[in-house]
Amino acid sequence: MAKTLTPSFVELQRLRLDDARALLDHDGNVTLPPPEASPTAYLQAMIDGLCELSLKDPLTGLANRRHFRAVVERSIDVVARSGEPALLLMLDIDHFKKVNDTYGHQAGDQVLQAIGKALSGCVRPMDTVARFGGEEFSVMLPSCHTGFGAAVAERIRAQIEGMSIQIAPGLSIKVTVSIGGAFAPEWVRSTATLWTERADMQLYRAKAEGRNRIYLDQQQEIYVSAEEKNLLFGHLSLGEPAWIESVSSDAPGGNAGSAMQRVF
Amino acid sequence: MSDVLNPPESSEGSTGVPLKPIGKVVAVTSGKGGVGKTFVSANLAAALAKRGQRVLVLDADLGLANLDVVLNLYPKITLHDVFTGKAKLEEAIIRAPGGFSVLLAGSGMVEYSRLTPEVRGDFLQIMNGLVPHYDVVILDTGAGISDVVLFAVSLASEVLVVATPEPTSLTDAYATIKVLVAQQKRQTVRMVINQTARLGDGRAITTQLQQVLDRFVTTDTGKPVRLVHMGDIPADPAVRQAIMRRQLLLQAMPGSPAALAISQLAVKIEETVGLRPA
Repeated sequence: MAKTLTPSFVELQRLRLDDARALLDHDGNVTLPPPEASPTAYLQAMIDGLCELSLKDPLTGLANRRHFRAVVERSIDVVARSGEPALLLMLDIDHFKKVNDTYGHQAGDQVLQAIGKALSGCVRPMDTVARFGGEEFSVMLPSCHTGFGAAVAERIRAQIEGMSIQIAPGLSIKVTVSIGGAFAPEWVRSTATLWTERADMQLYRAKAEGRNRIYLDQQQEIYVSAEEKNLLFGHLSLGEPAWIESVSSDAPGGNAGSAMQRVF
Repeated sequence: MSDVLNPPESSEGSTGVPLKPIGKVVAVTSGKGGVGKTFVSANLAAALAKRGQRVLVLDADLGLANLDVVLNLYPKITLHDVFTGKAKLEEAIIRAPGGFSVLLAGSGMVEYSRLTPEVRGDFLQIMNGLVPHYDVVILDTGAGISDVVLFAVSLASEVLVVATPEPTSLTDAYATIKVLVAQQKRQTVRMVINQTARLGDGRAITTQLQQVLDRFVTTDTGKPVRLVHMGDIPADPAVRQAIMRRQLLLQAMPGSPAALAISQLAVKIEETVGLRPA
């Protein structure tokens, strides 16, 4: 990918880096190496820091919408290729406006941060939690079996329902969330927009049905099991290509799985 | 352009429960790419045209298809221009070397692969406008099972699944059939097995697929899904030669075994969609 560039020397002094530096300093998480030691390392660290910043929601530290979109698109590729189910959850804090109106926006921010932290604690490291916008969050759970979807969503809902969020010394409040979810249609190359729409529709449903509840879009499962795969290739045992020899000749109805794995 | 259109049915799911399949529309699809879907679409169209039918092939892959490459056509006006209102539908339809008509998507259509209700409506309207002018319309769909592919297939009265005898192709074809049954309530799916080594291999494969379907797939109505074997296309070096020369096999080597197989397929398609031999 990397093209060989003709060597050229960038003079740091000639670049306008003050704004970038200020952004990174303000974020606090990035320590830049001194520019004197290695200008290249300094510039690289700055670029890395900015990339990192561009993917994060500043308030909660979660993935931002831009980052999340890329994650969704990657998941779609995986699902279409492997048929492995993936779950997209959309969450919305119930009556968040009331929190803002009653306790002020700072309290609102604290609630958003607390929810973000709780969400991250409820999912696996491989999952992505994002602040989708406003008081809306989203979670992408790759390799999530359809049977577990409701359990994951319920865990999140219950966890948040049970939380007390401190918004001022001696003042804690409770909030609830509504959750809508949709599995990527297995084997189907969908689009991020359609998938999000499907999850959103369930979220609206959860809201309409009284909030603090979960609804998942139940798509019909399209799953091709190892047994089905094995049976599909019965014809190949009619004697032919050499590379398929590992399939036992009594493949139909025979023991699935083990013999077939070698074919792929 | 959707203002002219009847309001789309709201009950329709995002991945296309059949709207109303349009008669004499045949969708050519597959699970896996590279099994000869576009090759079959183009040569089948040529074979039908040779038999006197008025045929249109539509690039339903919305810009990712290889139809232009296979036919060696690079028109100035494409479906994209029709979608964006820059050209009329008639202007985008061109004559392919095999004596049939072609509507190419154009590269700009990639952005329409986000299948919004509007795109769906426009596409449906275009289809409805086209169909009366032809004896048969062939939809060359994209590889994989995407929303766009499912939508295109949902418009067709007949689905032709192209597969090769390889395990990956068969698995993907099987998964495609499962999706079509589950989401579109299809009960009949037609099979073409490409690149078969011996006569009879294709029928054996279709029978095999049928047996697995019978065992694992049940429809809502309880009726079995029926696979109809439409033919084999034998592995034939002439195919590669024609593709490399960027010619239709039916024109370049009409006497080759693969070309003859496609001509037979054309006869079967005529019977299927109820066309009188012209």
